[in-house]
Amino acid sequence: MSLEKPSRDTALDVGVTEDGLDYDALADLLGGHVLDREEHVNAEGFVIRPDEVQEVLSTLKEEAGFDHCACVTAQEYDDRYESIYHLRKFDDPTQELSIVVPSPKDDPHNESAARVYDTADWHEREAYDLVGIDYDDHPDLRRILLPETWQGHPLSQDYNQDQPQIVSLREHANPLEDDKRSEDDPDTMFVNIGPHHPATHGVLHVETVLDGEQIADLEPDIGYLHRCEEQMCQQGTYRHQIMPYPDRWDYISAGILNEWAYARAAEDLADIDVPEYAQVIRTMSAEMCRIASHELALATFALDVFGDFTAVFQYGIRDREIVQNLLEDLTGQRLMFNYLRLGGVAWDLPEPREEYFEKIRDFLDDLPHKLEEVHDLVTGNEIFQMRCVDTGVLSKEQVKQYGATGPVARGSGVDYDLRRDDPYGYYDELDWNVVTEEGGDNFSRVLVRLREVEESARIIEQCVDLLEQWPEDDREIQANVPRTLRPDPDKEIYRSVEGAKGELGIYIRSDGTDKPARFKIRSPCFSNLQTLPEMSQGEYIPDMIASLGSLDIVLGEVDR
Amino acid sequence: MSSDQTPPAVEDVSTQEARMGDGADDRFNSTLREAFGSTPFILTKFDKFMNWVRGSSMFMLQFGIACCSIEMIHTYAIKHDLDRFGSGVPRASPRQADVIIVPGTIVSKFAPRMKRVYDQMPEPKFVVSMGSCTISGGPFQEGYNVIKGAEEIIPVDIHVPGCPPRPEALIYGVAKLQERIAEGESSPVTVKPYELEQFGDLEQDELVDKLASEIDEEDLVMRYNWNDSP
Repeated sequence: MSLEKPSRDTALDVGVTEDGLDYDALADLLGGHVLDREEHVNAEGFVIRPDEVQEVLSTLKEEAGFDHCACVTAQEYDDRYESIYHLRKFDDPTQELSIVVPSPKDDPHNESAARVYDTADWHEREAYDLVGIDYDDHPDLRRILLPETWQGHPLSQDYNQDQPQIVSLREHANPLEDDKRSEDDPDTMFVNIGPHHPATHGVLHVETVLDGEQIADLEPDIGYLHRCEEQMCQQGTYRHQIMPYPDRWDYISAGILNEWAYARAAEDLADIDVPEYAQVIRTMSAEMCRIASHELALATFALDVFGDFTAVFQYGIRDREIVQNLLEDLTGQRLMFNYLRLGGVAWDLPEPREEYFEKIRDFLDDLPHKLEEVHDLVTGNEIFQMRCVDTGVLSKEQVKQYGATGPVARGSGVDYDLRRDDPYGYYDELDWNVVTEEGGDNFSRVLVRLREVEESARIIEQCVDLLEQWPEDDREIQANVPRTLRPDPDKEIYRSVEGAKGELGIYIRSDGTDKPARFKIRSPCFSNLQTLPEMSQGEYIPDMIASLGSLDIVLGEVDR
Repeated sequence: MSSDQTPPAVEDVSTQEARMGDGADDRFNSTLREAFGSTPFILTKFDKFMNWVRGSSMFMLQFGIACCSIEMIHTYAIKHDLDRFGSGVPRASPRQADVIIVPGTIVSKFAPRMKRVYDQMPEPKFVVSMGSCTISGGPFQEGYNVIKGAEEIIPVDIHVPGCPPRPEALIYGVAKLQERIAEGESSPVTVKPYELEQFGDLEQDELVDKLASEIDEEDLVMRYNWNDSP
């Protein structure tokens, strides 16, 4: 069947058994490093000493095959700080392991994992910025989301939100005054791109250093849209108050995909079963969101590469409007759907149902022709190919090192899609394929998105067939969920779904109240953006712009 | 080779005549023209005329911040097509723009940049604030990093509420702005709670002393006194 995984090599499967991971074997592998073992909902957590992080993680990476450091969660307890490294495998993401690193309250620091997983670099900077844990041996530990002159660490317990802050504007220094960045290389020139720039897809700030015309050094500076999403979610109650926020992480109309990330994590945390009928509706609407998101990704990418606001861009928007109309009929909203509920969806399909199905089918019927048009206009275009083929190349190893996921990973031939590998919703009952391309360049990433639109259309079609035949007396859209949810204290879970941009994960720790004690968002764009310096080293600025466009980041999700 | 060919037959009418056809082109005889009758003059106050012109041809700044910018893109694009209302030319440079639509949440790191972009626009300039975040901080109002509305930073002419506002709502807001401009109104430019100022000019206190080693005297800074926010 198409959903079967290609066979993988068996050298790195310590503790892999038929029914999941054997954590005892993994603990044996680590020997005395494991101080204690915790039970998280998604996996076991091994508690280790703060000065043995590198050793433990490299053992797990080299010998047990945990090549994907999905997320680093930092949090403060009453008596300690804690960093959790959520590890999993690109080959089989259901094999998960959390490495829990406690550090003392008075001087919180532990060894950095950035030497083992490149992706931990930014994740640990974020942990330092928001929670205030110091990471020893980190290559470049400074604030990432908040301004450098910020006082205090906002997600730590004693943070006073009312204290005044001073933010400087110095990044806008005149580049010509400061064009010699280093003593031994006097020919470099500093170019400041953003945060207000048409090609940065929002408020990204890219500091580039040019040597001649080639990029010698590049650093994305993020945080211009850091709107405290984690704090907001920690202040909301599980049942209703959190759900509107996921819509605003990846706001390119990928709302339902994001909502699903929260729904999945919270439902697993509180043991809620979702009725099948609701799962089909979720699957269908989520794939509509994916199409809408990929259409805009293509439109803005074409805008970056062709630089015209007229033809290709408008084609993308035209197709998107149709999907948005479908979603509006379903949810009542054009962009911020707030449609999923814990245990189901907000309401059933719009009446008359036949008319709605008809509309969806019309859209699906027109789609192949439209995609052909797009291929004629974009991917078949010689200028486009010259800009995109073999520029911004990202190798498989780099993808894994940086934890890139979604179309970025699949464009580099990493066959990783959580809809298939860690099934949820109704995906494993349906017939569809995971799209991969081997090129790893800008062109491959665009192709992956376009072909994913076709696959999404297949999924929607099957869902419509199912919904049409669903018996009328069995249309249960909502499970029985208590009005106030209070998951058991100290339950921890990390769950992820395949968002439009990649693995969108959420870590929740409950403390017995109706609000999460820690709510951590693992955003795919945050990790994907980290690959930008690798992709554009030695390339020209226009190629960097194309790479940035093909990464398809959305700043709401990068900064959260 | 070309000399062998017979030249194209010269016709009696000139190109210009051929294009003109018979008499004046009646496409120019619009209903407006008819309404004026035979007189080709309008009598009006110069200021009034200028205001009408200003409102009827606005250059927008291509400026995206957050979620609302997606709806703003849709407003510019087909289906809603803001251009129909004489205000649909997004300019990438603030130096060429008359109107800035502020589409999204403003956070502490971005506010100084936005102020700078606003300052770079030539007078007269107008601001449409789009979405709840630019009115009060919206759903993120309680965030530690969020500015409670665009009016803390720059003067705003029109607020368009919604999270996000539908394109129709934004068009209504822009139309209202045009109405205001045509009537010669705009928001007074006043001192805002958060202004860009030189670090050396800040009042000395604990925080300023602490940062003195990190920030130069001449650096522009924005100081947030969260407690004083409305």
